[in-house]
Amino acid sequence: MTAALRFDPIRLPEECEQLRKEVRAFLAEEIAAGTFDPHKPNREDTDAPEFSRRVGAKGWLGMTWPKKYGGQERSFLERYVVTEEMRVANAPTRRFFVADRQSGPVLLKYAPEHIKMDILPRICRGEICFAIGMSEPNSGSDLFAAKTRATKTDGGYLINGTKIWTSSAHIADYMIAIFRTSQPTKENRRHGLTQFLVKMKQPGIQVNPIGQITGQYEFNEVVFTDFFVPDDHVLGEVDGAWKQATSELAYERSGPERFLETYYVLTELVRAVGSNPDTRSAEGIGRLVAQLHTMRRMSVSVAGMLQAGMEPVVEASIVKDIGTVWEQQLPHRVRDLAAFVEETATNRETLERQLDFAIKTAPKLTIQGGTTEVLRGIIARGLGLR
Amino acid sequence: MRQWYNTGNAVAESDNIVVETAEKIFADLADPQEINNDKKDAWRAPLWQALSEAGLPLSWVPDDLGGSGASLADGFALLNAAGRFAIAVPLAETMLAGWLLAQAKIASPEGEMTVLPASPKDRIALDADGALSGRARGVPFAKAAKHFAVLAHGKDGVSIALVDATRVRIEPGLNVGYDHSDTVTLDKVQPVAIKSAPKGFEPTTLMLMGGVARSLQIAGALEAMLDISVRYSNERVAFEKKISKFQAVQHNLARLAGESAAALAAATSAADAIASAKSFDDEVYLEAASAKIRCAEAAEKGGAIAHQVHGAIGFTIEHILHRYSLRALAWRDDFGSESHWAVELGRLVANRGADELWPLVASR
Repeated sequence: MTAALRFDPIRLPEECEQLRKEVRAFLAEEIAAGTFDPHKPNREDTDAPEFSRRVGAKGWLGMTWPKKYGGQERSFLERYVVTEEMRVANAPTRRFFVADRQSGPVLLKYAPEHIKMDILPRICRGEICFAIGMSEPNSGSDLFAAKTRATKTDGGYLINGTKIWTSSAHIADYMIAIFRTSQPTKENRRHGLTQFLVKMKQPGIQVNPIGQITGQYEFNEVVFTDFFVPDDHVLGEVDGAWKQATSELAYERSGPERFLETYYVLTELVRAVGSNPDTRSAEGIGRLVAQLHTMRRMSVSVAGMLQAGMEPVVEASIVKDIGTVWEQQLPHRVRDLAAFVEETATNRETLERQLDFAIKTAPKLTIQGGTTEVLRGIIARGLGLR
Repeated sequence: MRQWYNTGNAVAESDNIVVETAEKIFADLADPQEINNDKKDAWRAPLWQALSEAGLPLSWVPDDLGGSGASLADGFALLNAAGRFAIAVPLAETMLAGWLLAQAKIASPEGEMTVLPASPKDRIALDADGALSGRARGVPFAKAAKHFAVLAHGKDGVSIALVDATRVRIEPGLNVGYDHSDTVTLDKVQPVAIKSAPKGFEPTTLMLMGGVARSLQIAGALEAMLDISVRYSNERVAFEKKISKFQAVQHNLARLAGESAAALAAATSAADAIASAKSFDDEVYLEAASAKIRCAEAAEKGGAIAHQVHGAIGFTIEHILHRYSLRALAWRDDFGSESHWAVELGRLVANRGADELWPLVASR
């Protein structure tokens, strides 16, 4: 029997709705104060350190973590609400969102106590930014081909090699990276990689920006030359990073950011067609909304399962597969329908500007954080095909 | 070919006695392969009899109106299970008819029933003499029904009526899945019973309810299609290896899993929304319309992959795949197609305005 897929119809509890109101009110104030423009996803500088601190002050970063590390011990579902409201508003989350989603939970699980006490509260206050050091020039989807070496030395390791496509490395205070500590074995080609905490902005690390087809510079090449990492910055088991990688994935793969990245063009299209759309526009919008609603319900369901202590890795991969393919197609489907928008629509220019950016953004959506091909491989394994 | 039936599902694994009872009956009397081999339709009567004796067709009818009084949620789970077995007797239709009659406190008779209209385009009129007239197309299992639950429009609003099947004219037809989908004409028919629909009950309410029932059946059929496709890919050898070892096949099956998951999530979410809602508000409308749209899309995309994996054998009438794939496609047409609901949902969204779209999507 095939592993039965589960998507329980989980509803957000009452406390989430109160929180949602607070987040919306906060974002409305930020918009009014000019922190960001929700209609402009293509702003040039997405780093907003002051905004990050204000979000932290609200208690919305690391909100599921223990209080002694600065967390709020709130639920994954509450965190879900904050994440989706920020995303839909096009809020500048770059500075904190990797730390909050991914790096913090890794530290919680694998970092020594004194490091947790040092770093986690600063994440919660919105003070520090994290990057993820996975890909290398010759190692992308094939994570276990990574070659950047961590060579044992007195009191720590010396790092030599290059990470690439590292989002936010140019502003990051820390990186969580995997480096090679041993050669792979015959029995296990995944053996020999270790996860490290790296303090950025130090000698021995050079960050080179890489331009993207959107015109932005958000990812980088990061070159390590005899860079020293102390022993207590090893996260988890030496040579055993492969055992740690999978549990992260459910968190990373199923969130609202996996289908809402180009959502703004749908809102703008609805605005452009007005209250009485023709049949073709109505039909097109109806389908897109039905697909969006379905993905959100799947994504909330996975969040609920995470909250219940389950590890729905296959379900999470399905959400990311369907979600990213959808958000990639969305600008093109909106463009199809925008062809029929009246010349007189007042937001026509805004819609066109947004489409221009969303269409340029679209190709990366099915690549970043695990390609479609990798995801389908994971799903196939879950189905018992591999 | 091996005898096959599906037992694993989140809904079935719950302690739902209604579903457990039904699955036992389905496994004993509705094995897809045995039904497929049975050229004389001998399976049909014993299956219906067993379902009736277990009170399942009148699940949604309260005890005092002649039914077994199961919850909406249990009934929805039952429909999902029926989809996993591609059940081809009017179980869903009788459940919907009983539910509709119960809205007006009309007791349900024994035997097969179905509902009219089954399309948002059709209308049955109630005249001043209390007689019903009109034509409804694509009525599922009309030919098998002993009674019809009818939603009718009179000058004082909407009424619900029970009509004897001998009083109507039926032009038989078959849907894509080879199940009866008939045209029913009423010409000044006096109903057995008729009462006003409760306040707030609109023709759309029936269509949404029927649409969610079909969505759950489609989701169930897709679960079964995924299961038999995975199984087949692990058995069939080509180019000296199991076809499940080819990446192209793996990725196709991963997409089928995605479509199956999307259908299940959309359908169970909509069922949950209806089961816990006080009224059919915009949020329930979003849930139910989305379920029908997304499940219909999944029926097309998922079914195509299931066939692709099976190759020519899946295209034969001897193979059970078509019992699921064609039925799932046929179910798209009942109670409003995905195109219908997409237009309606799109209009609702446009009417609420751009800034109210996200609040609607995030409302639950």
